[in-house]
Amino acid sequence: MIEVFLAIALLIALTILLSLYRAALGPGVFNRVAAINVIGTKTIVLLVIIGYIFERPLFFDISLLYAILNFIGTLAFAKYLERGEVWS
Amino acid sequence: MVLIDVIVILFLAAGIFFMFTGVIGLLRLPDFYTRLHATGKCDTLGEVLIIAGLLLYHASHYYHEAPLVPVKLLFLIAFIFLANPTATHAIMKAAYMTGVKPWKLGEERR
Repeated sequence: MIEVFLAIALLIALTILLSLYRAALGPGVFNRVAAINVIGTKTIVLLVIIGYIFERPLFFDISLLYAILNFIGTLAFAKYLERGEVWS
Repeated sequence: MVLIDVIVILFLAAGIFFMFTGVIGLLRLPDFYTRLHATGKCDTLGEVLIIAGLLLYHASHYYHEAPLVPVKLLFLIAFIFLANPTATHAIMKAAYMTGVKPWKLGEERR
């Protein structure tokens, strides 16, 4: 099953590379924020699969932390773009 | 044991299919709102399918070594189901409030 997990991890890395195009060249700041959010949520799954490839269960804790940080970062950026400040 | 592996591979393949669909929508569609329409649903479903497949694999192979890991993966599934559409809605509301116009048929791609 390690080969299957390695292939899935490579395909997820390919999708991250394709969405990095929209994050680098996308017109306007909202396209870039959306692409960064997509890359962050793909990184969660990539971390879980890396935990199965290397057989280290520590990576699941890192992926939980990364999910929370990505969500809070996206919300803060959206509120900042909407109102001009994070806290009202 | 082999049947469980086949089911896990089917889950992973379905998740990869949905993730590629979302990324193709993010690259190809003409407008900001349509791009978020593609990624907000396809990415959520693809990631949840992949993590569910890994949960099934763990519960069938490694359950006695580490019985706490499926709980963490269930928390991850619940959090992705809650957080990913919420973040998409927040970005889309911010764009609508700051005056980004939706794309109409016949206009130029943005």
